[in-house]
Amino acid sequence: MLTILFDGIAYGMLLFVLASGLSVTLGLMNLVNLAHGVFAMAGGYVTVVLVNRLGVPFFAALPLAFVVSAVIGGVLERALYVHVYAKSHLEQVLFTIGLVFMAVAAVDYAIGSQQEFIQLPAFLQGQFDLFGIGIGRYRLLIVVICSLLTIGLQFAFVGTRFGSRLRAAVDDQRVARGLGINVNGIFAITFAVGSGLAGLGGALGAEILGLEPTFPLKYMIYFLIVVTVGGTSGITGPFVASLILGIGDVAGKYYVPKLGAFVIYTIMIAILIWRPHGLFARAAAR
Amino acid sequence: MPGPRSSEAADHLASRGRWRAFEFAFWLIALATIFAAPRWHFILAEIAILGLFALSLDLILGYAGIVSLGHAAFFGFGAYLAGLLAKHGIIAEPLLALLVSGLLAALLGFVTSFLVLRGSDLTRLMVTLGVALVLREVANKLDWLTGGTDGLQGVVMAPVLGVFEFDIAGHVAYAYCLAVLFVLFLLARRVTASPFGLSLRSLKDNPLRAAAIGIPVHARLIAIYTLAAGYAGIAGALLTQTTQFASLAVLDFDRSADVLLIVILGGVGYLYGGLIGAVLFKLGQDWLAGITPQYWQFWLGLVLVVIVLIGHDRLRRWAAAVRTDQRRPGRQRAIHARRTGEAPPVTP
Repeated sequence: MLTILFDGIAYGMLLFVLASGLSVTLGLMNLVNLAHGVFAMAGGYVTVVLVNRLGVPFFAALPLAFVVSAVIGGVLERALYVHVYAKSHLEQVLFTIGLVFMAVAAVDYAIGSQQEFIQLPAFLQGQFDLFGIGIGRYRLLIVVICSLLTIGLQFAFVGTRFGSRLRAAVDDQRVARGLGINVNGIFAITFAVGSGLAGLGGALGAEILGLEPTFPLKYMIYFLIVVTVGGTSGITGPFVASLILGIGDVAGKYYVPKLGAFVIYTIMIAILIWRPHGLFARAAAR
Repeated sequence: MPGPRSSEAADHLASRGRWRAFEFAFWLIALATIFAAPRWHFILAEIAILGLFALSLDLILGYAGIVSLGHAAFFGFGAYLAGLLAKHGIIAEPLLALLVSGLLAALLGFVTSFLVLRGSDLTRLMVTLGVALVLREVANKLDWLTGGTDGLQGVVMAPVLGVFEFDIAGHVAYAYCLAVLFVLFLLARRVTASPFGLSLRSLKDNPLRAAAIGIPVHARLIAIYTLAAGYAGIAGALLTQTTQFASLAVLDFDRSADVLLIVILGGVGYLYGGLIGAVLFKLGQDWLAGITPQYWQFWLGLVLVVIVLIGHDRLRRWAAAVRTDQRRPGRQRAIHARRTGEAPPVTP
């Protein structure tokens, strides 16, 4: 029982790291980016290639996954995404679906359609008992890394000058521009960091989520749930939403396997009907 | 309120509803393919089904402005219904089964339409996507009924109207699909050229103003969503009836995305757009799959990205330029108005 809770928390935190970038880009530029999973997949495959084929140690590969995904995200943002900010949601949807299709086919071509597993170091495998709770070592690692990241993000968001500019830009872009804040620059950095985080999440999650070319399509809905349910006005909302989603999904699949993912989708629709702007959206949102 | 203005509006509606030479040509060519291109009937039947599906998405996307990422929900619902009706011999006659599937899909559309009324584009995207995912999950889990991942097997179709038996070469299937498509197209054409259709366009452009001039926005959206769901259900049912098989693929996200692409390819808010888009899409897919069987989705994605980056308006202007070159200048304004979906200036 507590093991399931722990697994759920690990899963939820992973989802948060994966989706946090998306929530900021959506809130800041009102950009519907269905291709967010592509960056996560990029991170995952970078790790697979580095660890399995080139023999790079797992812990050295993680930062590289972050960097590579961030670079890909940054380049794509400057080269392509800047052109679609002003367009309608329909066009953003089409554009990002197009990117997903291209990425899926490209990875299929380059690496193959089979599911990839990362060879973990031996000390990360298996479980140990803590007060009668079975705790997977690897999941514990995920929880630790993701907690640190979350605390770091929260600090960057609330405590730094960049963070306050970012919050200002999310709150009211026009006024922020009027005050001389370089919103586009902030956005480019945020997009790159968000992509990098997704890549790191993809690298960490390859073991749990399963890494294959259709990854962006499979988890697109999960990222979107985190963002739409959590709202786009901060980090706390998506974080709580991720934990609920993670625990709910793991518990649902364990206790009522017959229903499967059904529960999650239904809860999502119900929440969206009840609070169309997310559970934690402020009343005064635009 | 009789008066010069209302008769002007009636004239405008009548002129919008008038048949043009292009339309006669389009359907004559379609009719001719029944006799002239028997070897192509398989792919043509698929095109007709896709065209109908795209038409149904265009009804809500192009005419009412609802961006749906889960239109496959109704397609798949109709597909499974038609399969189950035939498999268990509940309604053996295909045409009647088609009608029932369509009506039940419309009912599903009616029920779920209340979900898309609320919230922004993003919420709508999520809700439509969610509905499709829920249905897919249901179809997956009810394997005693639907066959789960194996698909619905053992569907045997009775002859259409008790006379025309489905043959292995797909001739009857194509004629059947085309006939259904034509009838439903006429209906959609009638609906969109009616005052109802015009009011839909107005609420797509500006729901607040539309409400202010007395258009019941919610009721209209529910009505068109229901109708579109029925159309999609019939398209799905056609697929099952002509292939005698239904699988989870009918509910896939890819299908919802493909149909969006088809509508965009052909032109939004223009009934022939879906049909032309379906022809382009299917032929393109067939051609690409011939070159790279595994990776044709890459090129599909590239087309999407390029279309968006070039921009609709620019494409539309190019298309309009090509068109107006070929036509008499007197028609230019009407064509322009039709292409851009603009209402004519209302004289004060």
